Amino acid sequence: MFTFLVRRIIGTIPIVFGVALVVFVLFNIVGGDPALMMVGKHATAQQIADIRREYGLDLPLPIQFLHYLRDIATFDFGRSYATRQKISDMIMNGVGPSLSLTLPAFMLTTVVSVLLGLVVSYFRGKIIDRVAVILCVIGMSISVLAYILFGQYYLAYDLRLFPISGYDYSLTGRFEYLALPILLWLFLSMGSEVRFFRTAILEETSQDYVRTARAKGVSEPRVFLKHVLKNSMVPIVTNVVLEIPLLVLGSFLFENFFGIPGLGSITIDALHNSDLPVIKTMAFVISLLLIFGNIMTDLIYALVDPRVKLS
Amino acid sequence: MTTTTTTVTETVSLDKPLPKGRSLWQLSWMRLKKDPYAIACSVIILFYVVVALLSRLDLVGYPWDAKVGESYGRPDTSSFATFLGMDIFGRSVMYKTIYGLRIAMSIGLVTACIAVPLGASMGAIAGYYGGWIDEVFVWFYTTLSSIPDLLLLIAISYALGKGMTAMYVALISTSWIGIARVIRGEFIKHKEREYVVAADALGASDFSKIFKHILPNVSHFLILNFSMQFMSAIKAEVILTFLGVGIQGLPSWGNMIDDAKLELARGVWWQLTGATVAMFVIVLALNILGDSLRDALDPKIK
Repeated sequence: MFTFLVRRIIGTIPIVFGVALVVFVLFNIVGGDPALMMVGKHATAQQIADIRREYGLDLPLPIQFLHYLRDIATFDFGRSYATRQKISDMIMNGVGPSLSLTLPAFMLTTVVSVLLGLVVSYFRGKIIDRVAVILCVIGMSISVLAYILFGQYYLAYDLRLFPISGYDYSLTGRFEYLALPILLWLFLSMGSEVRFFRTAILEETSQDYVRTARAKGVSEPRVFLKHVLKNSMVPIVTNVVLEIPLLVLGSFLFENFFGIPGLGSITIDALHNSDLPVIKTMAFVISLLLIFGNIMTDLIYALVDPRVKLS
Repeated sequence: MTTTTTTVTETVSLDKPLPKGRSLWQLSWMRLKKDPYAIACSVIILFYVVVALLSRLDLVGYPWDAKVGESYGRPDTSSFATFLGMDIFGRSVMYKTIYGLRIAMSIGLVTACIAVPLGASMGAIAGYYGGWIDEVFVWFYTTLSSIPDLLLLIAISYALGKGMTAMYVALISTSWIGIARVIRGEFIKHKEREYVVAADALGASDFSKIFKHILPNVSHFLILNFSMQFMSAIKAEVILTFLGVGIQGLPSWGNMIDDAKLELARGVWWQLTGATVAMFVIVLALNILGDSLRDALDPKIK
């Protein structure tokens, strides 16, 4: 396990290098003059020269890239252009709110969808199943934005069940603000999730071991909860892998709507302020989180499926 | 040792033509024709295409930026323009929705038409040649897919400026990866098959083997992926525009929903409804058609 982990981490080095290269090329070369982007059109030549010197933009491009790699290695990304805050501090402050939103939302969605998937496949072919499939397809065709807008307007503004937006840094206080986003997250992802798990579970129920279990006289609920569920862990983890990039999208949208000061909000604010150092760092850091998430799911695969060997 | 002899008792009459074999495409087409959902969804998609074309020719919903009523005028069924009410400047929400439809359809079509062939040829070349070409290719797409789509899109629209072109480039550069990965895997499987070896023995060039022999055998993946990319491009455009990195100054559905964020509190629900319903219908149609295509193109079902 340990050697596996070490090997995986070494294996990601070319990928991390590639991500840094893509981010650098996009922002420092393709995007035109980064200094001009930051100060805007009406800056004096002196201002532009100052910005260039401060962010090392007057150096040759290969040197700039090496500096960028050095920043990554030391986790020192300089200061934000708009707020003058240290970017590494901004990231540290943003990780907490982002994870408080995405992790509970993600786990709740997975648990509820797996349970519903089990129920629906238990009633396969019956009216409950058919209605559920139709609802799933309808649910996944409605725009994510519509869910959030309706939820925020009716549940928070109209019925006053939840605060409209905001965030509290205390451990329990934050969930007062996070409850509605998490609930909406559950609803908007249920369509595709339940459908995915239904297919995965139905595939399991046609396996021989299910027939054997039934032939032995195992009760139907027990077949599903004990035998099928355990074997469905592999597709469930696969789904986790597929969902991880969506967590980023979700955190962007929900943080934007509900004023949660996480990584998504920081990036969107930076975008509106043309705060290039922050956007560049965020693109890199979030990619790093994704790569890390993928390694974690590889480990989980090995935990749930004894056939997978970590070699 | 026993010898087995087989006698062919069936006589084949040479006068009558042999029963014609059906290709996968013919079989799929037959299955699709019998699927009422697939037909209904195709009709809906066709309708959207026609509306988009008419809008392009300025025949429907033109001009979208003219004042047709009072600010935030309520929906009124007396005329087509006022059917969905008016926005803050008194412009017709119906016309804006139609213009948004035109933007969505062109985003979907352009993205899918470029991303699918691009991804397929990249995947085909990597899978067919293998070796260092494949390694570089795998490194490249793993890198690109490690950067969340949204951030890549943001980076590209930041680099190229906001607008339709940046949107096309951004969506194409994220959406070719999926199909490239699938086609690469299929090519690795297919290049060892007998028919490719036979083609090789007959002196077929690499180009002919890739595009004439193997590609037709995996092309059902392209069709499926096309409908999927079309749909996800539409969804992505709306979200990006909403987040302020997409299309600006034109009534895309994303902009309309962004406006609606502030309008709902004033009881103005029509702009949100127009954009959401228009988007829902096309995404639903593409979703269902995608499922039907998947079933129809499955070579295991006969």
